[in-house]
Amino acid sequence: MNAPLLSLRGVSAYYGSVAALRGVDLDVNEGEIVTLIGANGAGKSTLMMTVFGAPRARSGTIAFAGEDITARPTHAIARLGLAQSPEGRRVFPRMSVQENLQMGAALHGGRYFGQDLEKVCTLFPRLKERLNQRAGTMSGGEQQMLAIGRALMSRPRLLMLDEPSLGLAPLVVKQIFSAISALNREEGMTIFLVEQNAYHALKLAHRGSVLVNGRITLSGPARALLDDPSIKAAYLEGGHAPTASVGEGVQA
Amino acid sequence: MAAASSASPAAILKDAGLFALVAFGLCVPIVSHRTDLGADGLELTPRWGLVAGLCAAIFAVRLVQRLVLERRAARAVLTPSPHQATEPVGAEPNAAQYPSSLGLPRLGLPLFVGFALFLPLIAALASGGLSPARYWIDLGILILTYVMLGWGLNIVVGLAGLLDLGYVAFYAVGAYSYALLSTVFGLSFWVCLPLAGLFAGLWGVMLGFPVLRLRGDYLAIVTLAFGEIIRLVLINWTDVTGGSAGISSIPRATFFGVPFKAGPDGFSALVGLPFDPMHRIVFLYYLILALALLTSLVTLRLRRLPLGRAWEALREDEIACRSLGIDTTKTKLTAFALGAMFGGFAGSFFAVRQGFVSPESFNFLESAIILAIVVLGGMGSQLGVAVAAVAMVGGPELLRNLGFLKAVFGEGFDPNEFRLLLFGLAMVAMMIWRPRGLISDRMPTVALGQRKAIGKDLVREGHG
Repeated sequence: MNAPLLSLRGVSAYYGSVAALRGVDLDVNEGEIVTLIGANGAGKSTLMMTVFGAPRARSGTIAFAGEDITARPTHAIARLGLAQSPEGRRVFPRMSVQENLQMGAALHGGRYFGQDLEKVCTLFPRLKERLNQRAGTMSGGEQQMLAIGRALMSRPRLLMLDEPSLGLAPLVVKQIFSAISALNREEGMTIFLVEQNAYHALKLAHRGSVLVNGRITLSGPARALLDDPSIKAAYLEGGHAPTASVGEGVQA
Repeated sequence: MAAASSASPAAILKDAGLFALVAFGLCVPIVSHRTDLGADGLELTPRWGLVAGLCAAIFAVRLVQRLVLERRAARAVLTPSPHQATEPVGAEPNAAQYPSSLGLPRLGLPLFVGFALFLPLIAALASGGLSPARYWIDLGILILTYVMLGWGLNIVVGLAGLLDLGYVAFYAVGAYSYALLSTVFGLSFWVCLPLAGLFAGLWGVMLGFPVLRLRGDYLAIVTLAFGEIIRLVLINWTDVTGGSAGISSIPRATFFGVPFKAGPDGFSALVGLPFDPMHRIVFLYYLILALALLTSLVTLRLRRLPLGRAWEALREDEIACRSLGIDTTKTKLTAFALGAMFGGFAGSFFAVRQGFVSPESFNFLESAIILAIVVLGGMGSQLGVAVAAVAMVGGPELLRNLGFLKAVFGEGFDPNEFRLLLFGLAMVAMMIWRPRGLISDRMPTVALGQRKAIGKDLVREGHG
């Protein structure tokens, strides 16, 4: 097997003196969807932001496409072909949807803007209708679509998504997850997905890891994780999984 | 007004006129005469000035009220009800947008420029000759200087969202650059102008570096200190800057090398006009107009380029900006440098106009006024800044001349004493009715099909 596209080795990150990540090892191979699940405050978002250099990893190494990016500034990391849809979407609220997408394409100076816009609009037809609308006036789901679309405009090799389902209606979550799946299936996009919605994320992903208190406690094929009893107990039976019956939850 | 408004301007005027008429009718028995105890019984003192003032006020208030109501009605038609906000796919796109700021900003800037272009002519015709018009042209120069400063600061504050309380420092750097270069090295204005801009730009970068990581309040404090440091250096570095005495007898502006003087090699001889000292003033007027328009054009152009877009994105969300591969360091520094450069241009213009510079002219109040112009105008809006500059600089100036108020409130009333009071009232009124500035709609720089402005009500408060 080739070297992984993104690899983290013994990465630790701190907020002041508080450890947020403690020696995380993680690989993302080209063409796969890898998901990271965990409870609130486990360090999922920190891990994603650490890959982007803010906060910086205090120890360990992060490599992307064979290059050590541990000490690079955020914008330089993004230029290597790493794009993210950050936690809370962070679209530019006063700019129109089209301007937001242009900002995503700024990396290439807008060279591929036309064709990429077409692609994003095919993936999220909703955005096409709203190109002239101010991003801040759209619904949460539309903003999420925009955040993903904006990340795609930079033609990334690896797309990192931080909780794309956060605060969205189940139907919209379904739309977004099927778009993510299509991206991977049809274009071979490598995707790293951070999610609390463990059931949906594991269904979608090829491999998964579980983050607890800044440590990876479990990794493996997503199918296997879905069936793992400890995961079931901790993450799946809180009402996330539509298949889990109430009775099972009580027994566990 | 918007095309959507239902009542025509004539109807609104008529309505306001009617109100004024009713007011007049009421005023005649109640206000128009004052009864005083005289030598032989009651005496009637006519007060027609007051009546005229009241009627005019009522006319104006009604006019404004009607215009506001019209706008509101026009908006209500186009604003979807709440349940439409999450309408299904295929619903009317852009439903959440307003029909644009009402043609006014789109037409406003050309109107402003057009008026500014002909102001000397209008002033000369109205007051019967160039020399009597000097007051108006001087006022125009003053206002345009602030318009230019406002537009320059607008790049830093309005577009890039970096709160700068020490902008006057760059104005000072520009003014002293010209003053020193011309008095010590004898360089002409046209050589000094770009140099002054360059120096100010360099100072902008020097200020930018240490404050790269700061935002909001902290940035404001550091820039405030920076402005004071420059002023204190100017006061205390007596050998070079002349201390508080300043630098005097700075060479005056020339018409691209031809001086404005009476002799045979002067400007008037060159163009074959009789000599008039006003030529220089008019030239200065057009010079600052050109400089201000240059600032505006560069800003408008940059807003469509990646750099300007990056500034706006930076204002919106710095973290998102960085993760999109935008070098926020470079983006911030260019904003500081470019804003400072225009401040420097304005500064060297100030020096050439006054012929004298001293640290007195560059105190914190100047920074505050420039910032107030940008904020009142609506951050990022070119026309708003121009309107606010007229109001902030021209308003107090006009107040000085409101002689008719004396007729209303009696002799001994000095409108000048109430300048700051009115200023404060205007500020409070702004906070209540237009908290995001006079013109706070942001026009997208790209749009498919028809351009639409972004409703000011939707613009996030305080962060813009």
